[in-house]
Amino acid sequence: MSAAAIDVQGLNKSFGGRRVVKDVAIRVGEGRITGFLGPNGSGKTTTLRMLCGLLTPDSGGGTALGLDIIADAAEIKRQTGYMTQRFSLYEDLTVAENLMFAARVHELDRRSERVDAALEQLGLAERRAQLSGTLSGGWKQRLALAAATLHEPRLLLLDEPTAGVDPLARRTFWDEIHALAGRGLTVLVSTHYMDEAERCHDIAYIAYGELIARGTADEVIAQSQLHTWRGEGPGIDRLAREIAGKPGVEMVAPFGLALHISGTDPAALEAAIAPYRQPPLRWSPAEPTLEDVFIHLMAHARDNFQ
Amino acid sequence: MSAPRRRSSFSWLRIWAVLVKEFTQLRRDKLTYAMLLAVPLVQLLLFGYAINNDPKNLPTAVLVQENSAMSRSVLSAIARTGYFRIEHQARTPAELDRLVRDGEVQFAITIPGDFGRRVVRGDGAQVLIEADAADPSATGSALAALAQLPQEALKRELTGALARSPGSAPPFELVVHRRFNPENITAYNIVPGLLGVILSLTLVMMTALGVTREHERGTMESLLATPAQPIEVMIGKLAPYVAVGAVQAMVILGLGRLLFGVPMAGGWAGLALGLLLFIIGSLALGFLISTVARTQLQAMQMSFFYMLPSILLSGFMFPFRGMPEWAQAIGTVIPVTHFLRVVRGALLKGQTLAEMAPSILALAVFVCTVTALALARYRTTLD
Ligand SMILES: Nc1ncnc2c1ncn2[C@@H]1O[C@H](COP(=O)(O)OP(=O)(O)OP(=O)(O)O)[C@@H](O)[C@H]1O
Ligand SMILES: [Mg+2]
Repeated sequence: MSAAAIDVQGLNKSFGGRRVVKDVAIRVGEGRITGFLGPNGSGKTTTLRMLCGLLTPDSGGGTALGLDIIADAAEIKRQTGYMTQRFSLYEDLTVAENLMFAARVHELDRRSERVDAALEQLGLAERRAQLSGTLSGGWKQRLALAAATLHEPRLLLLDEPTAGVDPLARRTFWDEIHALAGRGLTVLVSTHYMDEAERCHDIAYIAYGELIARGTADEVIAQSQLHTWRGEGPGIDRLAREIAGKPGVEMVAPFGLALHISGTDPAALEAAIAPYRQPPLRWSPAEPTLEDVFIHLMAHARDNFQ
Repeated sequence: MSAPRRRSSFSWLRIWAVLVKEFTQLRRDKLTYAMLLAVPLVQLLLFGYAINNDPKNLPTAVLVQENSAMSRSVLSAIARTGYFRIEHQARTPAELDRLVRDGEVQFAITIPGDFGRRVVRGDGAQVLIEADAADPSATGSALAALAQLPQEALKRELTGALARSPGSAPPFELVVHRRFNPENITAYNIVPGLLGVILSLTLVMMTALGVTREHERGTMESLLATPAQPIEVMIGKLAPYVAVGAVQAMVILGLGRLLFGVPMAGGWAGLALGLLLFIIGSLALGFLISTVARTQLQAMQMSFFYMLPSILLSGFMFPFRGMPEWAQAIGTVIPVTHFLRVVRGALLKGQTLAEMAPSILALAVFVCTVTALALARYRTTLD
């Protein structure tokens, strides 16, 4: 791994006595795209805010872009683009005015040129005079991304940037992110979409404030030691509840007309499906999906947590 | 099994639902709750104790050019009315004049050197009372209380050979000189006061909403993620309103001149400086409020709370000198009080910059203190 764009350890944060981020350590190499995943309320937004100086960690620290995240917060803000989960640009300014504000507040040169280019690139050119508050949800997200990248940051922190964005726009968005990363930009992006997680170089999975899995998608799947069987055949979806109750079965998830059955103990798993291994049902061992792994991780984190 | 829901066109349950929600929201909003109680309480206290429509014990300076039993009797008779509190013994007419012009005293009494001789000779003896009538309500009842004074004051001295026959003219004459507003026109006092009140009302409130609005709409998160510094945000947010304040001031003063014929005696330099400081101070106060309030509603309530003493204790509605000491002390830390003195000083008295210095200085101190507080309170993080 090359030099780290983000390197923080032992981050802790409590709100009203409740610890929502626990000893989180994240290292992201320069030019890498890291997907930040985890269930709702697991502390993703809180962690991102600590990285860009919006929240002060109770303890812990480290560097972003080689700068101390607490002492040099001001300098980090200059070189970082942060896109908030909730739309947080000025709804009573037009699209172009919002971008111009971003350009000025970052003291950019050739401002109108840059704003025009950004509008063109994001397909917002015809909507430049529209009030941002009246944009549809997906367009708001695109505008927020344009505002966060206008000053050519070296680090991009994106908090669910594609929530509510249509598939084509999402693909365009990811192509753009990869293009930026190719030029050395580092990206930490939170998301709930599995396909997006697979597009990232690395994944960091957080649950209940604890970082519990790290690595590439394949590594995370391998680490989980999860085994999965795939069952197909008429009426198999109706067996889901029945099989779920068996020992050794952690998860039963319907995938269209097929059923994925997962667990960490291969023998117990095989025993659980044995009564159903007869025609017309067909069973085959399968590779667990990222989603299977995440649900498994989440269930385990909850066991440890309680 | 019956349906779990009943359908009705009017429902007490739905009213209850809304009512419970409103109460719960009100209960969560501690500051609003506190204001709902504090405003009437403060209003009651201010109206009940601080405000005095019949102000007594007004500060008075005397210039006694003849130290005699008679002059002492006249002064003690004046003091006995309860309206005058003799605080200064001036030595020269110039000193006496300065005390009135600077607003240190409400009244200046001169007993001339030949007073006793003229009384004895029945030769048109006079006592001169100069009143700072910029605010007519401060002097009205005090001057009215003096009407009977010449008849009564010297009864003890004028006995025996000097005794006056009943029904004859009083032994001396009280010459009342209303300065700065000889015709007792209330508009002359109200217009400068309104200038202060209207300016602070709009400016404090407008800016009080400024930071709070960013928090409420969530835009603060983006703003804080930019490199903008607190002082930059503050100046950027307040500057437009300085212009708004200047325009408001010109409109109010222009209309005051046009419609009410308010005099403009001069003192432009002091007025301009005082106005600028007052506008900046009000804006900074609004900014400070918006760093404390969490919602725009709270910001509105806090601005309103600030307006109460500004209107009641600044000398705008009720004479400053007529209030009890504690109320004057509160009034002294309110910028409107000092701004009012600057505006009256300029428009009605034509004061020079040097004469306004104490008030201008007070405004400057206010601006610095509040700005420092606001910047210290402005959070650069979301914690
Ligand atoms: N300002 C705050 N005051 C109190 N609690 C907070 C605050 N901000 C966050 N929390 C709590 O911290 C926890 C983590 O919240 P956070 O927003 O970081 O989650 P998240 O992973 O971003 O969730 P989501 O996927 O839903 O966006 C939650 O339990 C939340 O209630
Ligand atoms: Mg979040």
